[in-house]
Amino acid sequence: MREFDYRRADDVPGAVALLGADPDARYLGGGTNLVDLMKTGVERPARLVDVRRLPLDRIEPTDDGGLRIGATVTNSDLAAHPEVRRRYPALAQAVLAGASGQLRNMATVGGNLLQRTRCGYFADVSRPCNKRVPGSGCPAVTGEHRNHAVLGASEHCVAVHPSDMGVALTAFDAVVSYETADGPGQLPLDGLYLPVGDTPHRETALPAGALVTGVTLPPAPVAARSRYRKVRERASYAFAIGSVAAALDVSNGIVCEARLAFGAVASRPWRARAAERVLTGAPADEEYFAAAADAELAAARPLPDNGYKVTLMRNLVVAVLSELAEEAAR
Amino acid sequence: MTTATTGRTAPAGAVGTAHPRVEGRDKVTGAARYAGDIPFADLAHGRLVLSTVARGRIRAVETADVLGMPGVLAVLHHGNAPRVDTDYTGMLGVPPDPTAAVFQHDRIPHAGWPVALVVAETPEQAREAAEALVVTYERQPHDIAFRAGRPDAYPADGHMPAATEKGDLEAELAASAHVVDAEYTTPEEHHAMMEPHAATALWDGGRLEVVDSNQGTTWIADELVKMFSLEPSAVRVRSEHVGGGFGSKGLRAHQVAAVMAATALRRPVRVVLTRRQMFSLTGYRSPTTQRIRLGADADGRLRALEHRSLNQTSTVWEFVEPSSGPARVMYDADAHRTVNEVVRLDVPSPTWMRAPGEAPGSFALEAALDELAERCGVDPVELRLRNEPGRGPVSGLPFAGRNLAACFREGARRFGWAGRDPRPGVRREGRRLLGTGTAAASFPAGALPATAAVTAQADGTFTVRIAAADIGTGARTALTLVAADALRVAPDRVRVRIGDSDFGPAGLAGGSMGTRSWAWAVTAAAEELRDRLVPGAAVPPEGITVRSDTTAALGALAQQERHSFGAQFAEVAVDVTTGEVRVRRMLGIFAAGRIVNPLTARSQLVGGMTWGISMALHEEAVRDHASGGLYGADLAGYHIATHADVPAIEADWVDDPDPDDPVGIKGIGEIGVVGAAAAVANAVWHATGVRHRSLPIRPDRVLRAGGPGV
Repeated sequence: MREFDYRRADDVPGAVALLGADPDARYLGGGTNLVDLMKTGVERPARLVDVRRLPLDRIEPTDDGGLRIGATVTNSDLAAHPEVRRRYPALAQAVLAGASGQLRNMATVGGNLLQRTRCGYFADVSRPCNKRVPGSGCPAVTGEHRNHAVLGASEHCVAVHPSDMGVALTAFDAVVSYETADGPGQLPLDGLYLPVGDTPHRETALPAGALVTGVTLPPAPVAARSRYRKVRERASYAFAIGSVAAALDVSNGIVCEARLAFGAVASRPWRARAAERVLTGAPADEEYFAAAADAELAAARPLPDNGYKVTLMRNLVVAVLSELAEEAAR
Repeated sequence: MTTATTGRTAPAGAVGTAHPRVEGRDKVTGAARYAGDIPFADLAHGRLVLSTVARGRIRAVETADVLGMPGVLAVLHHGNAPRVDTDYTGMLGVPPDPTAAVFQHDRIPHAGWPVALVVAETPEQAREAAEALVVTYERQPHDIAFRAGRPDAYPADGHMPAATEKGDLEAELAASAHVVDAEYTTPEEHHAMMEPHAATALWDGGRLEVVDSNQGTTWIADELVKMFSLEPSAVRVRSEHVGGGFGSKGLRAHQVAAVMAATALRRPVRVVLTRRQMFSLTGYRSPTTQRIRLGADADGRLRALEHRSLNQTSTVWEFVEPSSGPARVMYDADAHRTVNEVVRLDVPSPTWMRAPGEAPGSFALEAALDELAERCGVDPVELRLRNEPGRGPVSGLPFAGRNLAACFREGARRFGWAGRDPRPGVRREGRRLLGTGTAAASFPAGALPATAAVTAQADGTFTVRIAAADIGTGARTALTLVAADALRVAPDRVRVRIGDSDFGPAGLAGGSMGTRSWAWAVTAAAEELRDRLVPGAAVPPEGITVRSDTTAALGALAQQERHSFGAQFAEVAVDVTTGEVRVRRMLGIFAAGRIVNPLTARSQLVGGMTWGISMALHEEAVRDHASGGLYGADLAGYHIATHADVPAIEADWVDDPDPDDPVGIKGIGEIGVVGAAAAVANAVWHATGVRHRSLPIRPDRVLRAGGPGV
């Protein structure tokens, strides 16, 4: 493990200044991913700027009826917040579906969005990986890829984004706020992550040195009836092999509004807009739910060993939407 | 000075009553020190460097830069390490795995082979320098393709004969009313015990001391004596607390490297393996492919049984995972053939892992029995009862207690098996399909020679000294109860000291033999001591010590089929939309000798059954064909059942004391695993109607296999 300099920031401008333009410096949130990567040598920062004590640990209602979530709010606090549970239940469920109690107590919202893929080739510095060493190759395409991407990937990288929280946030049109030395900025979460293409090492559209300061959820009445369903290879403490965040507003058996996002199928939380278009105005029944899933999954390009994910996601969409529709009909 | 006060009449026996671990408080408060935590003055820290290629030769170990790094004391590698002796047979009757005899040559036989040890003043400096060490290789093509039908596979003995055969198999199969012919596979599995391997070596007054985490201090001391050509009296190995072993904690690279470095540097050196290093340096359970052919009469009586198993081993050490072994004990047939084969690949050496042979073998055999029950239309419990052999199917020897039928009857009663609808795929609960399954279990009941010393102290207490190992089993507590009963005193007057090779030779914690072997020696010494103590007479200040050695007593045991048995039952729910399998409840009833401490025995059996759930549904180490190394070699990538995967598990036992053992013990370390995965897999079939013959039964496999509603 490389020796590193550790600094703790007291305020946002101070944190941004401490990081400066140093490409070898990293912000440290809960450390539940970065510290692991430092242990395995994937990350070798010269300096860590600890941002966990910044005054960004509040969850507050916005004037228009949404929520503003600070970047250092822990996963545990986010999942427990009464307004999150009431207005965006899928978000609370997604957070609780991730990691373990101990990790959720440490992990932060900002860090969750910027966590790295858990691809085993990325994690092993003795192997090639285009994300870690651009141009070195992607062994997953012909190697182990049971849990790799079926949507939006390229021959250069088929890794998936591991976040559960991000899937729900994507479904609810979250906007990410950040701070740089040149001032603040915002990005819709759906636009935070860059397409994989031939630059899988470039993961986000954040400017260099930017510090994520929070996430804003716009008001979304549809989210009050929402659900997150995660499938994994054991009952707890594992990353998803497929997940769905869904919200449904049904009136007289017709879908008025639907939100749908997929996890563990792409390099980012995957907003299923094609499926949403099929659902809107359609009867709330299994036939249309399946058609919506098929519309989204038509773009799927599975590898030899991860084709099951297409079946899984189709089944999940139908199951979760059916449950929400039944709930609405009650 | 007090007087001798062992009882002439026995108090209420301690054996058979629940007793918390005697070191439990120390463990939960952190007072118990594990090998990697014990402080030493002037301690240096070694970090192993492992090969990144799967086959080839080391071209160069470029030490110059690393030796100049802060705190670095030495870099050991094949160019400067002392030569050791590997041409010997160890206590287990096998030569050492050359993976442990580090730095002897430049050849790389598998990915993750130890190529160097970097020693520094602090663990962090050693780690940084080890990561910076440049090793260049001449790469050669590797072959890690494990599969059935490899032409280079060959029959191999291991700890039992490679093959057994009687009768005309093809003729009996042809004459059978029902035939099952199926191939089963189990993946590479790892011990993944909580405490990583750790050893500190130091020379003290001409004696080599090793403070270690292992499954037998006598075993490790004997290996080090032989490997380093030392006098037996010149080596002392201690291992007081062990955070799990499961077969993996024998002689490994870390102890040998620590001894080399301590010798070279003349100061104590500690080597701790990382979790990732454990995945290539400490053994594992080989993947298996098993083919089973069963032929039966219309009523399910077996006429033909063939069980062929293949496992992989490294190119440097032969290890046989004898999966066809259980068939030699469980079921007889007019024609009976069993074969264990191995194939040598460019992979790390596998080793003993909890129920070696029985765990994967019972999955295949007991799943095949379930398929036969389906073909014959006979209830799976009844099918097994109909095929109970009177004598060892292969040996012809009588069974020294075979209470399998009692386990099935009691288990079926408590599980509510009676009236079970045998049809698969018909029980639905929402999106889930429900099913139940059962399987039989067996594990050999053996004992290893041991010596023990029991001392009556002047203060009226007793001290037992024995080179036993408590690898989390509760052995220390069990021996306390056994000694108390033999001395006819209360357990709180007995102190058991273990984990020190200076206490005299004793066998290892393995093969479900530990507690039985040690209890035998402790009983012998304690009973003799009790006879020696004269009631009312004074105990001198130095105490009165009696020693025992069970070698002769064990040698006099009659040849018989000696085994523990068990019946496993499981209920599962399979979510047909996601392929998720969840075990809802599990019951195991065992005939496993006299149970010394019901509290820790239940933990051990439930732990074994939990292991079975994990084996059935979760565990698989994935090897990357391009590199020959593991993919995701950590506890995030290698999935073990979590608490949420483990339902209410009930384990209990029938009365089954071993008549030839002084305490009646058979051994319970492994039997809980055996058959557990088969019971789960059979329940998955009963739920879905799909036979999963490859473990683990993961969502991707369930979804691919399809089935009703999937």
